[in-house]
Amino acid sequence: MIKSDQLYHYSVVYGICGLLFLPILATFFYSISSSWGATILPDGLTFKWYLMLWQDMRFIDAFSRSLLISGAALLLCSLLILPLLFVVFYYFPKLQALFNLLILLPFAVPPVVSSVGLLQLYADSAFPLVGTPWILIGTYFTIAVPFMYRAIANSFSSLNLNDLMDSAHLLGASTRQAFFLIVLPNLKKGLLASLFLSFSFLLGEFVFANMLVGTRYETLQIYLYNMRQTSGHFTSALVISYFAFIFFFTWLASRFSRGTQQ
Amino acid sequence: MNNTVSQTAPSLRAQPLQQFRFNALRRFKPLLFLVPFLVLFFLFQIAPVIWIIVNSFMADQQFSLEHYQEIFASAFILQAFSNSLWLAFWSSAISLCLALFFVASLRRVDCWVRDAVVSFTNMTANFSGVPLAFAFIILLGFNGALTLLLKKFGLIDDFNLYGQWGLLTLYVYFQVPLATLLLYPAFDALNDDWQAACELLGAKKWQFWQQVALPVLSPAILGTFIILIANAIGAYASVYALTTGNYNVITVRIASLVSGDIFLEPNLAAAISVLLMVILAFITVINQTLIRRSYHDKK
Repeated sequence: MIKSDQLYHYSVVYGICGLLFLPILATFFYSISSSWGATILPDGLTFKWYLMLWQDMRFIDAFSRSLLISGAALLLCSLLILPLLFVVFYYFPKLQALFNLLILLPFAVPPVVSSVGLLQLYADSAFPLVGTPWILIGTYFTIAVPFMYRAIANSFSSLNLNDLMDSAHLLGASTRQAFFLIVLPNLKKGLLASLFLSFSFLLGEFVFANMLVGTRYETLQIYLYNMRQTSGHFTSALVISYFAFIFFFTWLASRFSRGTQQ
Repeated sequence: MNNTVSQTAPSLRAQPLQQFRFNALRRFKPLLFLVPFLVLFFLFQIAPVIWIIVNSFMADQQFSLEHYQEIFASAFILQAFSNSLWLAFWSSAISLCLALFFVASLRRVDCWVRDAVVSFTNMTANFSGVPLAFAFIILLGFNGALTLLLKKFGLIDDFNLYGQWGLLTLYVYFQVPLATLLLYPAFDALNDDWQAACELLGAKKWQFWQQVALPVLSPAILGTFIILIANAIGAYASVYALTTGNYNVITVRIASLVSGDIFLEPNLAAAISVLLMVILAFITVINQTLIRRSYHDKK
């Protein structure tokens, strides 16, 4: 009885994992096969698609643009959210309810919908934003906000902030010193976990990049989309390289978030 | 040193009211730290929404319901709505069921398998959009490996990845990891002893699930369902990459009205967007009432 139960549970878990893994596996095999026409298995194996990809300057450029924009957006996000959360949690705890509602907005409004407004508002503004990386930094900031806010807010609520600040003040520290030397180091793990997680899905952002900027500032996803007409093996190598990065960053994120739970 | 003290002391006494005001202001000084965030958030999140709502009611610089009438008169746009809702509903329902079985079994396997699987699910949750569409073309396209394999065994005649059922498969694929991650913590509410107690009282396994487990989990299940629906309705990148905008869903319609090559009608796009948000809000409200009526609130 127990054994057959275990067998069932393991087969469900492995079965669904297998299904989830199938597209990744297929893409991987496609990327290392020399040609794969109308047959079930590829003809031969090769690494030339990866060599081709990593020697393509357009790819390197697109990739570094993506890294730059995501990094800038996350830097902005941390710089604005950390003091915000400190002020909210320490001085005005009642504001928490308001911010919990505000940060739902990026979820409730799909990116396609936001970009309708963004296109009209900033296409002809005095300082034209549409088509420049600046608008992407702004919109990526809004995408990252809910995740960063939630993760850091969770760290704050497990921190016992008031006692910590009181003892710091008692020992003669100013509020600023207490923030930088006591609060911030305590938030490090939660902050890093949310940064890596946000980074990995900002790299995968396509909608805003496509609608607001397009080819004028080609990011990784736009490059990937524009390459769809070229060899499928080449795009597979691209997908797998991209997924390896995602893999790495989510792994980092889960390592740090496990650290916070303990 | 002495001098400054004697200078400020009388001034304090002379202007108690001003001092009081100054203190009150100082109490709100930390609020200044919220300003840059709020400005940026307003510019890139709130202002576009306001623009959309206002302009959806504008035609030729004045108030009108013209765009809404246009939507309800256009079979094409209505079809996009029904396609989107069909995809969203079924993909969410199917992935929710799959995730339920998945998580229920995940709770029963060894610790290290569980941790590895949760990390893996986390990663696949980020595997969506354009790369996912490409992976699906390789696997399930006209000459995809899986399509050929299934054809060889005579299980299918043909599989059109670029139509309704192909898209449903794709949607289910990116919804399952999300549903799993959302449901996983909720299963903490289930006490292992309950199942033992049910068995002792002679209940069958399905009776335990029907009468105990699912009612306890219902708030989490409903909450997950709404997030999945919202996620599916708002999905754009994967459909666009798979069908280059040829399959008629609502996000593709909106995008083509503002960034297409020929007919740009931002105000019509705004009206469709407003309807989309209304639908999402409506589903959320229904969901909230269902959650309120469910097990946990009665307790």
